[in-house]
Amino acid sequence: MSLSNSSRPLRGYLAEFDAPEKVVDAIHRVREEGYEKYDTFSPYPCEEMADAMDVHRSWLPFIVLGGGITGALTGWALQFLTSTQVYPMNIGGRPYNSWPAFIVVIFECTILFAAFSAVLGMFALNRLPQPHHPLFGIESFKRASQDRYFLYVESTDPRFDIHSTRAFMESLDSSEVTAVED
Amino acid sequence: MMQREKKSTMERATNRWAPPAQIGQLRNVAFAVGAIAAVASGIGAFLTPQRFVQSYLVAYLWVLAAPLGALGLMMLHHVSRGAWGVLIRRILEAAARTLPFMAVLFLPVLLRMQDLYIWSDPAIVSEDALLQAKTPWLNTTFFTIRAGFYFLAWIGLTTVLTRISRSQDRASEGLSAARRLQSISAGGLVLFVVTVSFASFDWLMSLDPHWYSSIYGIYYMIGAVLTALCLTVVISLWLSGRTPMDGALRPLHFHDLGKLMLAFLMLWAYFAVSQLIIIWSGNLPEEVPWYIERTTGMWKWFAHAIILVHFALPFALLLSSDLKADAKRLVGVAGLVLVMRWVDMFWQAAPSMHLHHLHWLDVTTAIALGGIWTGLFLTQLQGTALIPRNEPFLEEALQHG
Repeated sequence: MSLSNSSRPLRGYLAEFDAPEKVVDAIHRVREEGYEKYDTFSPYPCEEMADAMDVHRSWLPFIVLGGGITGALTGWALQFLTSTQVYPMNIGGRPYNSWPAFIVVIFECTILFAAFSAVLGMFALNRLPQPHHPLFGIESFKRASQDRYFLYVESTDPRFDIHSTRAFMESLDSSEVTAVED
Repeated sequence: MMQREKKSTMERATNRWAPPAQIGQLRNVAFAVGAIAAVASGIGAFLTPQRFVQSYLVAYLWVLAAPLGALGLMMLHHVSRGAWGVLIRRILEAAARTLPFMAVLFLPVLLRMQDLYIWSDPAIVSEDALLQAKTPWLNTTFFTIRAGFYFLAWIGLTTVLTRISRSQDRASEGLSAARRLQSISAGGLVLFVVTVSFASFDWLMSLDPHWYSSIYGIYYMIGAVLTALCLTVVISLWLSGRTPMDGALRPLHFHDLGKLMLAFLMLWAYFAVSQLIIIWSGNLPEEVPWYIERTTGMWKWFAHAIILVHFALPFALLLSSDLKADAKRLVGVAGLVLVMRWVDMFWQAAPSMHLHHLHWLDVTTAIALGGIWTGLFLTQLQGTALIPRNEPFLEEALQHG
């Protein structure tokens, strides 16, 4: 599949590496060049690659915090409103608004909402579910979950150019550069 | 003597993990501060012997939490072999090795038992059916024997475990030592939990002999582990600025310690709230007065301070991963929690002893015991390599950061 006679739109270039250090070097080069829409793939979580990409920052903790606070307020409101307004009941002569009795449910609601926010937030931030991605059309990409490391530069990057980006990616210490098409 | 000194300098030269020389100065400062406060407390002991020993008990249980918590945390590390523990193991060991001195420092409590525990007063017991029924357990002889047993168990565990750990500095078979440490600690943890529980029943809970709470031992124990962790964070920051630990202790190690602090803070709060909810729900006349006493008058402010400053504030701060990885800010939180541990001890113990206000002896005994203990701890830390030389999991732990 060569560049010239393909009719399908180009989505990006994929470079294959046989060692994580090579990807780390490549990430530094890619960032120096000013590319922003790129991603890397490895068969296992690779701390060095994440460091090089500087992707430790995420909005997820704040989403989880927001979920937890919402859960706490929901748990409190649920109990406060039912026991003081909607259905007040005398239980052993205790006041209707008995906060010690509310703690357990507030705590559980906090955990429940925070856990759901974590999962759903992770899906949203990763733009999942996504049933298909053009990368899955690349035969060699299967080895991303076995023994190869990949770096993918998307064509939507403002710095992307059909010729110079390919030349740049070939200058990296990769074993192969593949064009990714729809 | 000469030869011994020569040998220790030799060892220092050959051991790259020898502690920094400045540790001696720090130790002297701690001893000096402790000694001054001890003299002041000694004067107080002549003026108001009963108030002295009451303040002393609170300060003692606050300080004792550090070596006890360190012993527990150390065994937890031996059992789990988590990478978090390798760099702080010698700190925990040094803290636990102060336990023989803590046994000596327990003597004032034993000698002035009748000033602390109403069940030791025959006149009170003779008029109280409930106390009479509890006499087989709560009597001065058995109390003393049990205290001896607790210290024997703790000192025994510490001695055995630190000996094996130190053998890793010499022998090359670090892994077989690690295996022995693991199996001894597994049994040791069971003994630890039982003895610490009963020690806190004896020394703290029996201040109010009518009241009981079965969760109380675990509550004190987790508070102790939290104390030990906070202390480890503080001393780690000091060490991280000096050779040889400056290259070893990195932000990610502090991040780990911060995560453990958060976990134990939550666990401590969990037990505190569990006890409250159980007693509040039961609403029984022999249980609930403990809380009524502690949530009225001056003690209400203590209770609020504990909820807000001991739990809510450190909890909110420790949520931030930036803060946990920043050793200086983490030490700020650790220091706050250490002070609040004393407030918690005072709030738990003082109402049972019918104390209605703070006394200067509360401050001086805390500083005296805190200073002396820190001095003893640093003396122990001075005599050991900061990381076991043949620790099999060292590389993993260093790289981890």
